[in-house]
Amino acid sequence: MVKEYFFEKTDRTNAFITRLGLAMYEETGGPLEGKGIAVKDNISTAGIPTTCGSRILAGYVPPFDAHVVTRLREAGAAIVGKTNMDEFGMGTTTENSAFGPTTNPHDASRVPGGSSGGSAAAVGDGMVDMALGSDTGGSIRCPAAFCGIVGLKPTFGRVSRYGLIAYSNSLEQIGPLGRTVTDVNTLMSVIAGPDPRDTTAYDRPYTHTPSGEIAGMKIAVPEEFFGEGVDPAVAESVRNAIGKLEDAGAETMTCSIPSMAYALAAYYVTCTSEASSNLSRFDGVRFGPSVETKRSWHDEFRDHRGTLFGKEVQRRILLGTFALSAGYYGKYYAKAQVARENVRKDFLRIFKDADIIAGPTMPQIAFKLGEKSDPLSMYLADILTVPANLAGVPAISVPCGTVDKMPVGLQLIGRHFEEERVVDAAFAYEMEVA
Amino acid sequence: MTDKTVIIGLEIHCQLNTKTKLFCGCSTDFQGDEPNTHVCPICLGLPGAMPRLNKQAVLYALKVAKALNLTVPEVSEFSRKNYFYPDLPKGYQISQYDKPIAEKGIMEVDDDEGHPKNIRITRIHLEEDPGRLIHKTSRDRAGYSLVDYNRSSIPLIEIVTEPDLRSPKEARRFLNKLRSTLEYLEVFDGEREGSIRVDANISIKGHNRVECKNISSYKGVEKALNFEITRQRNLIRKGQRIEQETRHFLEGRGITTSSRSKENENDYRYFPEPDLRPLRVSGWVDDIVLPELPDARRERFMTQYGISENHARTLTGDLKVANFYESVADADSAIAAIWVADILLGEINYRSMRIDDVPTMNIADLIALIRDDTITDKSGVEVLRVMLDHCMGDNVETCEMPADIVTRLGLTKAAGDDFTAVIGEVIAANPNAVADYHAGKKGAVNFLVGQVMKATRGRADPKELNRVMADALKETEE
Ligand SMILES: [Zn+2]
Repeated sequence: MVKEYFFEKTDRTNAFITRLGLAMYEETGGPLEGKGIAVKDNISTAGIPTTCGSRILAGYVPPFDAHVVTRLREAGAAIVGKTNMDEFGMGTTTENSAFGPTTNPHDASRVPGGSSGGSAAAVGDGMVDMALGSDTGGSIRCPAAFCGIVGLKPTFGRVSRYGLIAYSNSLEQIGPLGRTVTDVNTLMSVIAGPDPRDTTAYDRPYTHTPSGEIAGMKIAVPEEFFGEGVDPAVAESVRNAIGKLEDAGAETMTCSIPSMAYALAAYYVTCTSEASSNLSRFDGVRFGPSVETKRSWHDEFRDHRGTLFGKEVQRRILLGTFALSAGYYGKYYAKAQVARENVRKDFLRIFKDADIIAGPTMPQIAFKLGEKSDPLSMYLADILTVPANLAGVPAISVPCGTVDKMPVGLQLIGRHFEEERVVDAAFAYEMEVA
Repeated sequence: MTDKTVIIGLEIHCQLNTKTKLFCGCSTDFQGDEPNTHVCPICLGLPGAMPRLNKQAVLYALKVAKALNLTVPEVSEFSRKNYFYPDLPKGYQISQYDKPIAEKGIMEVDDDEGHPKNIRITRIHLEEDPGRLIHKTSRDRAGYSLVDYNRSSIPLIEIVTEPDLRSPKEARRFLNKLRSTLEYLEVFDGEREGSIRVDANISIKGHNRVECKNISSYKGVEKALNFEITRQRNLIRKGQRIEQETRHFLEGRGITTSSRSKENENDYRYFPEPDLRPLRVSGWVDDIVLPELPDARRERFMTQYGISENHARTLTGDLKVANFYESVADADSAIAAIWVADILLGEINYRSMRIDDVPTMNIADLIALIRDDTITDKSGVEVLRVMLDHCMGDNVETCEMPADIVTRLGLTKAAGDDFTAVIGEVIAANPNAVADYHAGKKGAVNFLVGQVMKATRGRADPKELNRVMADALKETEE
C-alpha cells in the first residue's frame, strides 16, 4: 500500500534543491520502510526534477529511476528530495552550485564539503537519517568528514551507476551517507547488487551485520597521509582514533604509497577528460532548457553551453578536451592511466599484508565559505580521497573527534569488494568511542 | 613518372540486421514508422543512461570476421569518438579505435583480367549509427532541421581494406562479393535503406590520396572512383598538384566536390569507453559455424547442376536468387538456369520487383512447360510477362499459374500444319520481300518469319517455321 510521508523539517543549510513536503512510500516490508531518504541531485528520479546543481538541466524531469532509486523504493523508502551539490560533482565545497552554496550544519560560515554537500548537511543537520551521494574523488567522504557523519564509497562496480548522471564514469560510485555506521550499512545493503543495465557492475550483493570484533585486524598507516599540507591537529585526532582501533585489538603498521605523488594529477586528468565527453550531450536539443532554433546549431550550441554551465564546469571541460587532444593524449590521458595503475598496484601491495589502510579523510577541517576560491588549492584538498577512486577500492569516513569544534573524519580503506571489513573497522571505532 | 597505377582502399559501413539496437533494446525495424518512436533513454543519450552491448551484434561481427579470415584478438575495446552534431545524441559515438574486434583478413576477388587476387582486410570494428537529420526549408528561407533518433544506435560494422584495389571495376566486384558474403552470413539486409555506406580512398601512384566520403550505393562507388581517376589524371597531366583532401560524391551528378570543411583536421579525441568493459570474445569464434559461402556455392552449382560458370556466378551472387534457383532446379536444372539467370532477373528488375515477390511454384511450372515443349521460348517469355504484370505486390495467390495463362491465351505450341495457311497469307501479302529473297537477299526470310511469328503470336516453333517457310518460298520460285 502507498503511504504518505510528511517532510516538514526546516532546511537551515540549503541542503535541498528540490524538497517534497509530501513524499510517498510503499509498505514493502523492506529495511527502509517509512524512512525519509535524501538523494543527491545527480541521481535520476522519475517524476522528480534532477539538475546536477546546474542551470543546464533546469526543468529536467527524468523519465526513469536510477537503479539505486528503484532499490530505495522497493525497500520502502520515502524519497524526500534532491540534495544540493557542486555542479555535476565538480567541487569539494558545494559552493559550485547554481542553487547557491550549502552551509555546514556545525558552523554556517563554513562549507559542508562536497560535492555531496547537500546530502551530508541534510544528515548532519538531522533532517534525514540517511542519504545517497556519489563519490568521484572523495565527494561522499569529504562532506561526511566535514559534517561529522559516516559516508561510504563502495568498490567500483559494487553499486550500479545506471541513472547516475556521469561526471567521471571510471572513477565514481554511488554510496550511502548516514548518522551512524549501522545506517550506512543498512543503506548499502539496499543499493548494492547486480543490475544488467550497468555492465561495469558486478554481481556482488551486500548483506552484512556490522561487527565490532576486529581483534587481529591489520591496519596499515601510510606516511603520505600525514605529510605536508595535513593540519597537525587533524593528524593528531586521526592518530588518536587509530590508537582506539589498536585498543580494540587491531594491529597497526606503517606503509608507503609512493604513487600518491602523481595521484592528484592522474585523477584530475582522468576526470576532466571523461567529463569533457560526458557533458557533450547537454546540447539543448532533447532535454533541459531548449536552444533557440532560429540560429545556426553550432552557434547556438556554443552559446547555450557557455551561458548555462558554471565556471568550474567550463574549466574542467576545457582541461579535459585539451588532455584528450591529438598530440596531447599520450602526454596526459595515457600517462594518467599509467599513474593510476601504479596507485592500484601500491594498494594491492599493501593489502597483501594489511586488511585496512587508515588515515585522515581530509587534510583540514571544513573550509570557510569562499576560502578555496583558487581552484588549485581546492584540487589539493582531494589528495587523501582520490587514491581510493583511482584504485577502485572501498573507503569509509567515520567521525573521529573535532578540531576547533569542527568534525574530523577517519578514513578507512579496504580491499576490492571488502566493504564488510571496512564497515566493521568503522563500527569498532564507533563502539570504542561510544 | 609515367606510372599510372591506381590505388584504391575502401572503408565500408554495413548495418547489421540484429533485432535490437547495439546498446539498447529498441527495435531496429523502424522503416515506415513515425520518427522518434523507436527510442529510449539510452539511444536518446539521456543523462544517466548507460550502454549495454548487444551480444547478437558481437556474434554477427565475429561471423563476418571468420568468413573474411580475420583474427579476433584476445581483448578488444570500445572507444568514444567525440564530435558535436545534433544527430549525435551523446556528443560522441561509441565505436572502436585502436583495439578493434578483428584484424588482418583476406577476401579473394577477380582482377580485371579475370585472375583471382587477394584483397587484404585491415580490420573490422563495431560501432553505433547516429540519428538522422531531416532538413526542411521554410518560407522565410531560414530553413530548419528535424532530428529522428530511430536510427540512433543501430549496429554497424566498418570493414577497412588495405589499398589493394587497382580499378573501379575491381572495387565494384569486391563490394558485390562482400555484399553477397554478408547476405549469405545472414547478418545484413542489402535492401534496407542506408544499409551500406562507403568511403573510398583513391590515388594515382606517387601522388596524394583523396578520400571520397559517404557513397551510398555500389554503382556510386564505381562512378565516384572513375570520376576521381579522370580528375586526378587531368591534374597530373597539367602538372598540377593533387591536394590531399576529403571530397563528397554527389550521386545525382556523378561528380565529387571538395568538401572544403575542416574534416581532415577533425580531432575526435578518442578514449576508451568507461561505461563498457573490454571485450573478450576470441573464444567465441570456434563455435561459430559458417554457412556455405558464395564461392563454394558457385562451385557446387556447376558440379551438381551442370551449369556454366557464368550462370553459376549470376545465380549465386545473391543469396535469395541462389535459393530461388535451387527450389526450381528440379524440373530441369539447365533450363532453370537459363530462365532464372537470363530472363527472370531481367524481367523483375524491369518491374522493380524482388525475387521474393515471385512464387517458385509458378516458375517451376513455366520451366516444365518449356522442358515438355508445350510452349515455345517466345511464348514462355510472354507467359512470364503476363504473370509478373499481375502478381506485383504482396499477394502471391493472385499470381496466375503459367499453365493457366497458356490455356487462357491459347499459347500451346502450334504444329507445322497449323501455320501453313498463315505462311501463305504472309507470302501473298509481301511480294517485295519474296522478290528480295529470290534476288538473293537472305535477310528477307527473317522478315517473313517474323511476320508469321507476329501473326501466330510466337506459338510457332522457330526451327520448324524456318523449314516450312523455306519450302513455301521454294514453291514460289518460277
Ligand atoms: Zn533505445
